Amino acid sequence: MSDAAALSDTVTMSRPLHAPLTYNEDVVRKFVVAGMFWALVAFLVGVYIAAELAWPEANLGLSYVNFGRLRPVHTSAAIFAFGGSVLIGTSFYVVQRTCHARLFGGEALADFVFWGYQFFIVMVALSYLMGYTQGLEYAEPEWHLDLWLTLIWVIYAVIFIGTLMKREEPHIYVANWFYLAFILTVAVLHLVNNAAVPISMYSAKSYAAYGGVQSALIQWWYGHNAVGFLLTAGFLGMMYYFIPKQADQPIYSYRLSVVHFWSFVFMYIWAGPHHLHYTSLPDWTQTLGMVFSLMLWMPSWGGMINGLMTLSGAWDKLRTDPALRFSVTAVGFYGMATFEGPVLSIRDVNALAHYTDWIVGHVHSGTLGWNAFMSFGAIYYLVPVLWKRSGLYSARLVAWHYWISTLGIVLYISSLWVAGIMQGLMWRAYDAFGFLQYSFVESVSAVHPYYVIRWLGGMMFFVGALIMVYNLVMTVRSPSTRRAVTGYPVGAIAAGE
Amino acid sequence: MFRHEWIEKNAILLLVLTLVTISIGGIVEIIPLFTIETTIERVVGMRPYTPLELMGRNLYIREGCYTCHSQQIRALKDEVERYGHFSLAAESMYDHPFQWGSKRIGPDLARVGGKYSSDWHYAHLVNPQELVPESLMPKYGFMATTPLDFDHIDKHLRANRVVGVPYTDDQIAHAKDDLLAQANAQMDADALMKRYPKAVVVPGNDRVPTELDALVAYLQMLGTLVDFANTSPEKLQQ
Repeated sequence: MSDAAALSDTVTMSRPLHAPLTYNEDVVRKFVVAGMFWALVAFLVGVYIAAELAWPEANLGLSYVNFGRLRPVHTSAAIFAFGGSVLIGTSFYVVQRTCHARLFGGEALADFVFWGYQFFIVMVALSYLMGYTQGLEYAEPEWHLDLWLTLIWVIYAVIFIGTLMKREEPHIYVANWFYLAFILTVAVLHLVNNAAVPISMYSAKSYAAYGGVQSALIQWWYGHNAVGFLLTAGFLGMMYYFIPKQADQPIYSYRLSVVHFWSFVFMYIWAGPHHLHYTSLPDWTQTLGMVFSLMLWMPSWGGMINGLMTLSGAWDKLRTDPALRFSVTAVGFYGMATFEGPVLSIRDVNALAHYTDWIVGHVHSGTLGWNAFMSFGAIYYLVPVLWKRSGLYSARLVAWHYWISTLGIVLYISSLWVAGIMQGLMWRAYDAFGFLQYSFVESVSAVHPYYVIRWLGGMMFFVGALIMVYNLVMTVRSPSTRRAVTGYPVGAIAAGE
Repeated sequence: MFRHEWIEKNAILLLVLTLVTISIGGIVEIIPLFTIETTIERVVGMRPYTPLELMGRNLYIREGCYTCHSQQIRALKDEVERYGHFSLAAESMYDHPFQWGSKRIGPDLARVGGKYSSDWHYAHLVNPQELVPESLMPKYGFMATTPLDFDHIDKHLRANRVVGVPYTDDQIAHAKDDLLAQANAQMDADALMKRYPKAVVVPGNDRVPTELDALVAYLQMLGTLVDFANTSPEKLQQ
């Protein structure tokens, strides 16, 4: 840390109307570092399991690195470790700035959330490799780790809500509504979906409280809303803060934010059953899920429009600020994924697409295009602010990162569109005599080239992230980004606002 | 006149209203599944897993088989022709949790039971590419050499009973015997078959039950329990 940074923790900002105030930026810095670390882990494991699908010898016959055990490591590292760290970190940053209040509960409580959450992630990853899993997608951690996460999450919620309560701004800013919805809903989902009975207090093994069709619906109510509230509501909170900040413009429409928020939180929760079309789930539930998924298109695009239109009058910034390019492209991918989603939820489309790689491609247009790009945009913005640097080390490297990653996503999702639709069509193809035309394994061989292209796309995304990490490390380390000493008090610059 | 400002200025009000709003959809969709009687069809033949099948199922979960294999045949013509009768809710009612899956990197397994011989499964799990050269499946040879850990088998059955699987006292008391009887073709399986009709005794190695024995026993029962000769789509929909 530079001298200026060390100093700024003690120097307070001079605010004429309020008591002297500094923000807890230390915990945000920790989450940013952890988030980037887990991003690399998640992408690397993703690239590896993509290689296992393209070249099955990569499984090596070892239990620990088999696809079945590594796949949850990839998904949890991406969603909960990378996504979660970025979300908690940015929420701590945003809630302090927009409330003009330091985090509730002091340094120690915030640090406990950081270390407790990182401990959870490490234990989860190790437990997957050793074969401890509940067998529920995106809810794989066993009961003892679930309990630990519950504790961490309650403390996180207390810090966040406590900070809202002690705010000095009269209004709660819209970004915080979304962060709050994310925190509350994830808590509800986690508690309900993970209800289980362990075989003994000393064993990691448990049996889920729900069985069969109930288990299926509760799981996809959980799974879809983990997407809805962790990967969407939380990230919309980021969008509502960082895009106006980067563009230096107010949010396009306050009224649209209000409509966006309430319609979004109301409708999303219904959409889960679209994961279970034509299954043994009763038809009425499937239909409800489909109808709400279709309606969900509107709030989603309302949010997209609110994000994109914030740039009206400032579009030129896209040429000069490559970090903003990430945030804006993220919103573009959000719009695309939230159009594709409702289309896929239509029963007849789903009949073709379900169980195929189309779904995997759809998920990645959301996670890579929306979540990762939004995170990159926010982190590129945050690192110079948090480490008190004059700017990023290299805008050129950001541009390289942007184009390599974007091309990687394009390769990834277009190859899986082809692979997925091909699988769907081959599985349902009949020959002239009315027999099924292809055996299953023919569909496996047919997608091989597309699995290789997908692997390449993922690899490019990983390389882009490596460039990013290099750029960020140099931003913190390099003398070229040191802030010039000005006439202002250091704290005024440090506090930023 | 209602003003949104009231909510924006009161953190607790915002919290409560958000919580109420996100709860509605889940309540409307989930609770009726527990109360509407027709959700789970009444069929003949469903029984809880044998101890060996249950351990096999746990291994299926441990190895993340659900990341590549579904166990849910949708009510679509091509799926029914490829895999068999569409899956019934009743067929997974003792599954805690369900394993319907979401992706078919490999084929659906809801009715794989009885489609191949046990010997085929042993060979295939140890080296899938030897039998299906194009297969992407990892090799599970390590399970053939790992003895099955079944010291607490009765506790497994008891935990299942707590979550609603109707294991009887008799079944819990004889859990270990039943497990051993199913994992060794040389042993007498009459008592096992009485407690668990249609259980498939796997060849075993005559010494200790291995993880592979349990997994094969599980795979061989999948989708075989319901007596479809005694049912019809009309009966299922009542």
